[in-house]
Amino acid sequence: MNGLMLFMRRIWPQLLTLAVIVGLISIMFPGFFQISIANGRLYGSPIDILNRGAPVALLAIGMTLVIATRGIDLSVGAVMAICGAVAAWGITEGYGLFATLAMALAAGLACGLWNGVLVAILGIQPIVATLILMVAGRGIAQLITEGAILTFNHEGLIFFGSGSVFTIPTPVIIGVLTGAIITLIVRRSALGMLIEAIGINLRASTLAGVNTRVLLIAVYMTSGLCAALAGIIAAADIRGADANNAGLWLELDAILAVVIGGTSLLGGRFSLIASLIGALIIQAVNTGILLSGFPPEFNLIIKAVIILIILVLQSPTMRTVAVFFSKDPVGASDKEKETVAP
Amino acid sequence: MPQSDSQPLLRARGVSKVFPGTIALDGVDFSLEAGEVHALLGENGAGKSTLIKCLTGAYRRDGGDILLHGEIIDPKCTIDAQGYGIGTVYQEVNLLPNLTVAENLSLGHQPTRFGMISTRAMNRGAREVLSQFGLDIDVSRSLESYSVAVQQVIAIARAVTLSGKVLILDEPTASLDSKEVELVFDVVRSLRQRGLGIVFISHFLDQIFEITDRVTVLRNGRLVGSETTSDIDRVRLVNLMLGRELEQEVRSHGKTHAAAGEPRLTFTGFGRKGRIEPFDLSIQPGEVVGVAGLLGSGRTETAEVMFGVAPHDSGEARRGDGTVLNLASPRDAIAAGFGFCPEDRKTDGVIADLTVRENIALALQARIGWMRRIPDREQRAMANDYIRKLDIRTPDAEKPVGLLSGGNQQKVMLARWLVTNPSFLILDEPTRGIDVGAHAEIIRLIEDLCKQGMSLLVISSELDELVAYSHRVIVVRDRHHVAELTGGDITTDNMVRAIAAPEREAIS
Amino acid sequence: MNARLLPLLATLVIFLVAYAVCYAQYPAMLSTRVIGNLLTDNAFLGIVAVGMTFVIISGGIDLSVGSVIAFAGVFIAVMLRDTSLHPLAVFSMLLLITTLFGASMGAIIHYLEMPPFIVTLAGMFLARGMAYVLSIDAVPITHEFYEYMQRLYWLMPGKGRLTLIGGLMLLVVIAGSILAHRTRFGMNVYAIGGGAQTAALMGVPLARTTMAIYALSGLLAGLAGIVFSIYTSAGYSLATVGVELDAIAAVVIGGTLLTGGSGFVAGTLIGVLIMGLIQTYIIFDGSLSSWWTKILIGMLLFAFIVLQKGLVWTTAKRRIAGG
Repeated sequence: MNGLMLFMRRIWPQLLTLAVIVGLISIMFPGFFQISIANGRLYGSPIDILNRGAPVALLAIGMTLVIATRGIDLSVGAVMAICGAVAAWGITEGYGLFATLAMALAAGLACGLWNGVLVAILGIQPIVATLILMVAGRGIAQLITEGAILTFNHEGLIFFGSGSVFTIPTPVIIGVLTGAIITLIVRRSALGMLIEAIGINLRASTLAGVNTRVLLIAVYMTSGLCAALAGIIAAADIRGADANNAGLWLELDAILAVVIGGTSLLGGRFSLIASLIGALIIQAVNTGILLSGFPPEFNLIIKAVIILIILVLQSPTMRTVAVFFSKDPVGASDKEKETVAP
Repeated sequence: MPQSDSQPLLRARGVSKVFPGTIALDGVDFSLEAGEVHALLGENGAGKSTLIKCLTGAYRRDGGDILLHGEIIDPKCTIDAQGYGIGTVYQEVNLLPNLTVAENLSLGHQPTRFGMISTRAMNRGAREVLSQFGLDIDVSRSLESYSVAVQQVIAIARAVTLSGKVLILDEPTASLDSKEVELVFDVVRSLRQRGLGIVFISHFLDQIFEITDRVTVLRNGRLVGSETTSDIDRVRLVNLMLGRELEQEVRSHGKTHAAAGEPRLTFTGFGRKGRIEPFDLSIQPGEVVGVAGLLGSGRTETAEVMFGVAPHDSGEARRGDGTVLNLASPRDAIAAGFGFCPEDRKTDGVIADLTVRENIALALQARIGWMRRIPDREQRAMANDYIRKLDIRTPDAEKPVGLLSGGNQQKVMLARWLVTNPSFLILDEPTRGIDVGAHAEIIRLIEDLCKQGMSLLVISSELDELVAYSHRVIVVRDRHHVAELTGGDITTDNMVRAIAAPEREAIS
Repeated sequence: MNARLLPLLATLVIFLVAYAVCYAQYPAMLSTRVIGNLLTDNAFLGIVAVGMTFVIISGGIDLSVGSVIAFAGVFIAVMLRDTSLHPLAVFSMLLLITTLFGASMGAIIHYLEMPPFIVTLAGMFLARGMAYVLSIDAVPITHEFYEYMQRLYWLMPGKGRLTLIGGLMLLVVIAGSILAHRTRFGMNVYAIGGGAQTAALMGVPLARTTMAIYALSGLLAGLAGIVFSIYTSAGYSLATVGVELDAIAAVVIGGTLLTGGSGFVAGTLIGVLIMGLIQTYIIFDGSLSSWWTKILIGMLLFAFIVLQKGLVWTTAKRRIAGG
């Protein structure tokens, strides 16, 4: 009960934003909520938002954990391309679906391990460490696809992009399942707290006996795994691996989703659910613009405006102003307590 | 050669500074003559650096005046203070390591011609300035390629060229060896000759007696005394710094030994190069070992080497039954049943944004591993238990610990370790920055814990406190364990004498 | 020897060795013709990388430059198509816009105390979006002044052509070197990279310098956009995607510390040339695929980042030993 209240208090700004955007779209396009079933699969704009938002949502899950440790993973877009290429290569080489999927996921984990080792063992700043794979990753993907768009028509693999289970598109199911599993793991085990502790104060966490190196590597590997899933979906969706364009700029969308979700770029407290809603907000804006007939390129300007608004809201300068004007300034009342309490 | 008849060069009159919850400076007077080196002394939190920051405008003072040549000045920032002629050099060299020596000396006012910096003129100017300080070095090399001592002299040179009346040296010698200290002192002496007023902050008593003309001692934000250096002896100076009122001695000596049997832990030849010289120490169950020493003497380093924060590179540690302990990291130390409350709670201790409950559970959770989460109910029970036992003042266990007062944060740190049920607990300055009420509670707690059979190592600059709870006291000076006091010998007098002893001679 | 020079030296050695390897296999590569092409083909990258060098030396990063180049191309093409303004007038308008754009990002970074990474990310979206708004399709530029500029070159000995844009890049590198090493602004940039707080205590005007750094990066990105439009005779809003990454890679391979405080504009030129050389080699070879460029650049990036980390470690070690 209390926990649910706290949870709602954490995510209501994101939920409200999403509701307003969806509301605006449905006012302009009354047919927005029409959902139909064809060929045993749900169709309609809301489903479209969920379906197309799935890759960014998956990336946002891993990115949230990375950002919570005060890091960042710029390589996820390139890792998507690598894993999509591995999947396409595996299936065209006739390795079978399970072996192919295993190879693609292993590739994602390996990329995450690389990033994690650079950050946790060599002590390189995350933004610099993941830049290497961001630059080289697409080259590696092209190496695998040998420069062409490697197409396939294996029904089993295509299922992950455009199939459906009980009328629900597969990407949505993968996204929801991954989100649910990782949320459960992180919150049911002590991982969530330990990750937050690392992000807030790495040194104090080490002194309290937290195994910071292993945890950091694990977090980057999770991010790599999520990118692998997104890469498989993206490749299955177009029935081919496009090393140049798969996941292009999605790392930025994922970071944006996390930021919209209210997780600070300075690490610490995080909410996976809020990040997922953030991903949906981004996709809802995309869909809304598409429906309204504006060229999809307007997205970029809107995203820029969103970032600017969040920057202003999150900036230390604004926070001082907010505390100054609010009736019950949190900082002030706590300061009082600090002086009163012995 | 202080001249008492004329106006002092720089004078602080009744300067006060209040931070939320503490009075950092309480009407402090301070005066500096031209041509003198004036030591400013005090332990951590005494108000030295607050006074310096008020003098240089880094802090806005809440009361009092600053006078230069008898006229009131009001520096708004350090650059402003520079304009008045007050320059500062800090322990951490406040120059840019990536720029060349000449660039560091001239940053902000480089010689330019047609908008271009003339490197040759800049380097020539830098060489000229440094030659006055007895340095003949290649000024076109980057600052970081020189030793800290040379960097310190360059920092002094910059400060003197820019300001030229008052030079404040904030622990300039803290990371220098004795030969390098001489290099800096030669410069300080020549500046005194030139008529500058120099404020000198250091924890090394030898250096105070070697270089300064007068000493001013602060304690808890108040002025304790100001005297001519040649009139004061070491023991009296240490007494002033540590604030022991000679007449009000509550208890004259420590406890007699509680249990004499198998030691729980034995450290032999334990040390780390550059941090703490190898030492031998054995600790019995239910024993409190106090560590006395001034700041920077090696007292914190002793704790950090034991806990694996800065792993030891000599010697070994054994359990009572003779098994060798691996203490290469904090995790190892915790696995061996150690706990450590560090001195700097903010950066090394609490995780500010996590709740009281999470902070208390953290070390235990880290030891159990991430897979087996301590159930919320247990965490809450644990937290509430210790909130009650240690009397942690917080509305509930879900409050972010960063919002609590210092004393309560300290109790949360204690609780974090107590739930892991350690056999050996290290407390570094457990009562620093804590008001009187919490102070007494923590001392009572220390006594309770040792009654339960826990072994404790307590580092403190409050000597009375050490007398009150220690079974044994180790005195640390210049990175050496120089004395061990037991039973009736544990008196503040003996500790002060061991801390103040000029040479490395054991006192027992 | 100064340890800070080591990365620059390593860059130079790598470049010379790489060139020697190329020459051994394809003697034709040692001709002013190839060098001229190398300069022309990488002119826009070289110019934008000079701006990036200043940003990175100050400890920041500018992700917006690729989008700004694209915006510049589209802006020029659309203005020349729809108005009768002379290209030079359009150029000055454009440079004013991109400079102000950079300056406002710098202002946001300084006054809102936000990480440069996220601020310039917004800038990247904004600039690319504005390019789309102007035109989604590629707009060809057909102006006689453009043809005139494209024909301008200086014939080097050995029949190599130093084109206008190749020469412009060299000029920018020279001007950048002077700005970095011979002016107060340049020294302030290094000072901020060494430690912003300390620099402020030593009298460096933080706000002004930060804004000027990003304004300079915006200005040079605009100039790179002009050069790119001369190079391609068109403006296309989807062009130069990812150029910011190439620029960052060139700066790092050129020996500039990604954490700020140390670097050389001349090194950046060599970094650009190394990247160009890899591409030229792959073209000469014919059998090697283009993606090896990215992989090799990634490997170089890794090598330099580890080299820099190692240097920082040894410096710190020596300090402890010496102190």
